[in-house]
Amino acid sequence: MDLTAIAFHLLAAILLGAALLVVTVRNPVHSVLFLILSFFTGAGLFVLLGAEFLAMLLVVVYVGAVAVLFLFVVMMLDVDFVSLRFGFARYLPIGLVVSGLLLIEMILISGAVAARGAVSVVKNSLVSGVSNTEQIGRVLYTDYIYFFQSAGLVLLVAMIGAIVLTLRHKPGVKRQNIADQTARDRKSGLRVVKVNIGEGVSE
Amino acid sequence: MSFFSRIGQAAKGALLLDFIGAFGMGLRYMAAPKKTIMYPFEKGPLSPRFRGEHALRRYASGEERCIACKLCEAICPAQAITIEAEPRADGSRRTTRYDIDMTKCIYCGLCQEACPVDAIVEGPNFEFAVETREELFYDKDRLLANGDRWEREIAKNLELDAAYR
Amino acid sequence: MDFWTTPVGWTLLTLGQILLVTVVLLLSVAFQIYGDRKIFAGVQMRKGPNVVGPFGLLQSFADLGKFLVKELIIPAGADRAVFLLAPLISVVLALGSWAVMPFAPGWVVANINVGVLYLFAFSSMGVYGIIMGGWASNSKYAFLGSLRSAAQMVSYEVSIGLIVITAILLSGSMSLQQIVVSQGGGFWNWNMFGGGLKNLPLMVVMIPMTVIFFISGLAETNRPPFDLPEAESELVAGYAVEYGSTPYLLFYLSEMSNILLMSMLLAVLFLGGWQAPFPTPFTASWPPTLVSLFAFFWLFIKTVAVFFANAMVRSVVPRYRYDQLMRLGWKIFLPTSLVAVAAVAGWRVFTSV
Repeated sequence: MDLTAIAFHLLAAILLGAALLVVTVRNPVHSVLFLILSFFTGAGLFVLLGAEFLAMLLVVVYVGAVAVLFLFVVMMLDVDFVSLRFGFARYLPIGLVVSGLLLIEMILISGAVAARGAVSVVKNSLVSGVSNTEQIGRVLYTDYIYFFQSAGLVLLVAMIGAIVLTLRHKPGVKRQNIADQTARDRKSGLRVVKVNIGEGVSE
Repeated sequence: MSFFSRIGQAAKGALLLDFIGAFGMGLRYMAAPKKTIMYPFEKGPLSPRFRGEHALRRYASGEERCIACKLCEAICPAQAITIEAEPRADGSRRTTRYDIDMTKCIYCGLCQEACPVDAIVEGPNFEFAVETREELFYDKDRLLANGDRWEREIAKNLELDAAYR
Repeated sequence: MDFWTTPVGWTLLTLGQILLVTVVLLLSVAFQIYGDRKIFAGVQMRKGPNVVGPFGLLQSFADLGKFLVKELIIPAGADRAVFLLAPLISVVLALGSWAVMPFAPGWVVANINVGVLYLFAFSSMGVYGIIMGGWASNSKYAFLGSLRSAAQMVSYEVSIGLIVITAILLSGSMSLQQIVVSQGGGFWNWNMFGGGLKNLPLMVVMIPMTVIFFISGLAETNRPPFDLPEAESELVAGYAVEYGSTPYLLFYLSEMSNILLMSMLLAVLFLGGWQAPFPTPFTASWPPTLVSLFAFFWLFIKTVAVFFANAMVRSVVPRYRYDQLMRLGWKIFLPTSLVAVAAVAGWRVFTSV
């Protein structure tokens, strides 16, 4: 057994263990942390496959950004465990059916992939002497350019939608204008007034 | 706020002019002489009116000044002073007990203002940290010892300050 | 020579390299903290640490000793495991980032071809140490501090990423060593000046990008004027408020090491890394070790210069308000760096055809 195999089995074991803990651990924050661990070990598996660009992107995007938001939400939410466990027995059969279907699908897919020798197909399509970053770029910006751009558009629409849903300009709310604040100088901020006794100053 | 001054402001911000000015000023200050005093070895100047650790003074003859009038006990806002008095063998009125609880004292200086004979004073000593609370309950012996120890400085301070009283 | 190519020899060699980098890094962090305090003191006309050792040079080691012998306190209601894991994660990520840093020609622990992304991934994971520490402390101050810190780091990472892309576009590689190599032959080849004489007009874009990278680096490492996560007047000490003893030391170490990393990354990406600011044909006849030391000398000078600017900013600029910080990141830096990426990419395409 060479070093790569040892690393693979170690990472795979950690990945599976962490994934199992995500659904079994009681504290939701812990389960998000285990989710992050499984993302991270997934990235490690990508590195073993020689896809270091994908691995880094997985870490940057999922671990660095998406999971942070998960963690935020879970930490902020006041989760009530009693009500969470309330309909457990009632929904158990549906859950079992869904997960069973997923399991069967995954076995079928991996069986098919193993039968066709997907790894060798991938290996053959690689152009030697070019880093996989460049290869992904070549494919992404030639064959799949329209899909890539429309994925970007979908994300843009989602972003604008989120902004439109949450952006409200209530009338009568005092807002800060930082440019105005920093532009204040002695001339605009200070006024010397001669006050007569008993009169006071009116604006 | 005119349009052009806005542009000027934006340009000033983008070119970090304020920051460059501050950077230069920081460098100038760095070259300036340091204000640090190396405390245990060097000490800053103290005013003659500085109110530090208490002391009970004596006359030049060695007789203690305090006549147990209890004005200091009465005026002490923190009620840190406790005095008990009895006539002495020679018939003069003296304290048998003069305690100051230094943990209560707020160093307001009212006791030395109230004293008609300049017996209780707050001396220039401020380095009397101790390790236990009990050591801060000063009795008469301790206060008299303080007076003997700091008499020269206290007398000088009283003399310097006398012109303003 | 044969022994070093066997698996055992290779492992030993790599471990030795890691150990060397770590030890040198920890020593540099010690003196970095000392320099930081001295500069901060100097601007305030103070003397700064000057008691331990000559000129106070050993102050950091005295502090280290103090931290190590202090009592470890875990607050009641804290999540023990996460509480103790958080500083470890912080420090592991902070030290791990140095693996891809090119110190001199050939002097790099792991010369991987996605070095920039690796650094980026590690710095984005650095948020977790802080969030976990803040959450596990079971304290409102710590939690608010960690939320602020995480929001700030995630926001500024976006603009840092875009700025780094401009440097990658100019150098044509994501390997840090390759980026440095491409900037050789004089300061006009540095990415800060557009990377080569034919790209000189890009100076208009790249000099501001260098400055923005510097400022984003300040925000990324929670350094003043962006130290809102540990704003004393509002949050006491932010996410680290419940920490003491060795765990706090680890947090502090990772923070300072990240500041050093950001300084060096700026030097590597924009100021030519270990390249001398003038052509160096005379080094061709030198022995390789001397050439490496010469190169390392320049990286050292540049890093120290950037760190000096960093420390000066800390001492002269007042703290930002949180809304101003977010405005700066999302409304100014992000659009500016997006335009810069478009400009640099456009220039590269039109000049290379």
